[in-house]
Amino acid sequence: MTTELLGILLIFLASLSLAWPLGKYITRVFTDQSTFLDFLNPMEEKLLRLAGINPSYSMDWKQNAKALLGLNLIFFFFAFLFLLFQGAHPFWNPVRLGNWEPTLAFNTAVSFVTNTNLQHYSGESGASYFTQLLVFCWLQFVSAGTGIAACALLFQGLKNDRTSQLGNFYKLFVKSCTRILLPLAVVVSLLLVLGGTPVTFEGLREVTTLEGQKINVASGPVAPMVAIKQLGTNGGGFFGPNSTHPFENPNYLTNVVENISILLIPMALVFTFGFFLNRKKLALVFMGVMTLLFLSFVAISITEELKGSPSLRELGLSSSSNLEGKELRFGSMASSLWGVSTTSTSNGSVNSMHDSHTPISGGIFLLDMMINAIYGGVGVGFINFFLYVIIAVFIAGQMIGRTPDFLGKKIEAPEIKLASLVILLHPFLILAGTALASYSLSLDPELGWLKNPSYHGFSEILYENTSAAANNGSGFEGLGDNTPFWNLLTGIIMLLGRFLPIIGPLALVGSLSFKKSIPQSSGSLKLESMAFGVVLLAVILIVTALSFFPALALGPIADYFSI
Amino acid sequence: MNSIRTNLTLTLVTLVIFGVMFPVTIWAIGKIFPENASGNPVYKGEQLVGFAEVGQPFTSPGYFWGRPSAVNYDASSTGGSNYGTNNPDHIQEIKDRIQAFLEANPGITADQIPEELVTASGSGLDPHISVDAAKIQVQRVAAARNLEPKLLEELIDKQTIQPMGGIFGPGDLVNVLSINLALDEITSSN
Repeated sequence: MTTELLGILLIFLASLSLAWPLGKYITRVFTDQSTFLDFLNPMEEKLLRLAGINPSYSMDWKQNAKALLGLNLIFFFFAFLFLLFQGAHPFWNPVRLGNWEPTLAFNTAVSFVTNTNLQHYSGESGASYFTQLLVFCWLQFVSAGTGIAACALLFQGLKNDRTSQLGNFYKLFVKSCTRILLPLAVVVSLLLVLGGTPVTFEGLREVTTLEGQKINVASGPVAPMVAIKQLGTNGGGFFGPNSTHPFENPNYLTNVVENISILLIPMALVFTFGFFLNRKKLALVFMGVMTLLFLSFVAISITEELKGSPSLRELGLSSSSNLEGKELRFGSMASSLWGVSTTSTSNGSVNSMHDSHTPISGGIFLLDMMINAIYGGVGVGFINFFLYVIIAVFIAGQMIGRTPDFLGKKIEAPEIKLASLVILLHPFLILAGTALASYSLSLDPELGWLKNPSYHGFSEILYENTSAAANNGSGFEGLGDNTPFWNLLTGIIMLLGRFLPIIGPLALVGSLSFKKSIPQSSGSLKLESMAFGVVLLAVILIVTALSFFPALALGPIADYFSI
Repeated sequence: MNSIRTNLTLTLVTLVIFGVMFPVTIWAIGKIFPENASGNPVYKGEQLVGFAEVGQPFTSPGYFWGRPSAVNYDASSTGGSNYGTNNPDHIQEIKDRIQAFLEANPGITADQIPEELVTASGSGLDPHISVDAAKIQVQRVAAARNLEPKLLEELIDKQTIQPMGGIFGPGDLVNVLSINLALDEITSSN
């Protein structure tokens, strides 16, 4: 028990202490300072020239948003076509898997382009090695790069004074991929290979068990994909059960490496904010608010999992620490820490089955995705958090009777409207999707979507919609989600939940960027203070509670009280 | 027009770098560690009998049994049960597993059964059980193999896995495949 606690402390503290230097490094990348990877310069320049991009050409928010959307649209088309015609070409397909059903191909292409990685297919039985690498592994890099580049544009906008130029999305995108994601992915892949995560192209291998049974074991180029799935907060695993699978996550050491990889870049970007704008104290306030929520969630989840389900004791067992869906080599605590990490950061990989967690622990995962800004997905997590900050600045400004400003920029009606709209989009997508699915099921209970009855079944529907809107990708996998209805519904939710919360804040920061910076005076709201931290925390909790409490009451809370 | 060229170029080049060159490079480096890079295969003579961390089904009384698996240890299509904690089917399933275990292991009572022996893992391939779960199977295995129970207790002690570095993560686990291989060796040398 003590060693389990030490294990998760190691993971958390290592993530936090690695994030600080990484945050510094990312700042250097964003601001074109020299880094140890400068030997890549000629190649990056050649690529940009080949693509007809002038990297020193700075664009305003609209041009950048257009560039981001255009590039992602092409990503989508490539992915969609590759999936539709998987069976039509002979490359890297040792098991001869066939073409994908169109709605599933749509859902999956959207899912990987939007950095969600909701998987309505099962990797080992549905995706060829070609698909795993040239669709999934590729998109896990470029979708993460898109998010990080968007975050860099946001930082630049906050730094600007009376200019509308935020930077060059293309250049930031390329550098995010080659300078941040690639080197980390190489290091993590190699650590995983050393830990026993396979990287082969051999297809199924036949094993004769000690009892003489023949079993086919699926394998593949797992290590590189697992590395980028964690680092880029993608979460789409090589195998169906993701990082519970012994080939994705063979032992406690790989679990430590992977869990750190989940938290690393999201945490680092908070520090990058501090370095980039030279507001380190403010970055620490943000970090403190996020970490307080994070650790509280971990503590609740662990307590509930260790308490487990009383029904097991009624059956005569002496322990009931809810090991259903968990792997013994990780244990309950590392499973809970991972669950909170993956739902905080919109990663979505799992090392235990979330559907089988106790109701409150599953509810914590839901709440985490509903907030969607505790560290958050790479790039977009900080962008979401920034919206809460704008609202908090506004409310705090009202409380002390001053015109609210953020970093010397006046926050006025248009900014508040934009921030509120984007914040409200999240509950709208989740609740509308859940309502639509629940209504469909009530019309035709024979649809057979749900593995679990009653309140927990409702939680499965709520979780799927929340995961799609938060671009998370984990699931209460008891939901039979590979149907045209779910493929189309979550596909659309993922698209809206990804791109509107990037474009809205870009527009917002585009407007801030153009404003004159007013010097701080004794009358300005002091952001680097405990008081503002508390207001920020309250805003996050109140917005989430008001939007989601009824839905949570029908799902996990009712589930809890019906034990 | 210009932006189509830009987007296509960026797409194709990143596709080659991150979809092909990156994984192939890792694969090539993995060749230096062939055992690790193929998932630590386990051979018995020439025969591939499993992978070190991939659980497999054991049902005969002469082997230690692993955890129940929602996919019956089918390593080509893995997964967990996804049962919620309150699901009546799930509770019934556990009840049946307790019953079956008690029948196969006379002399054991329900409160001695560690939870993992009646709950399914997330992957369906969990390679481990706890030391306690191995110990309550000693009588059955010893009887089936005609071995001294004490010998098996010693074997379990030898096979016990400690936490990472002695202090991080869960400890007191036994790898079921590894201990059963050791069992076969003992039997064949007798």
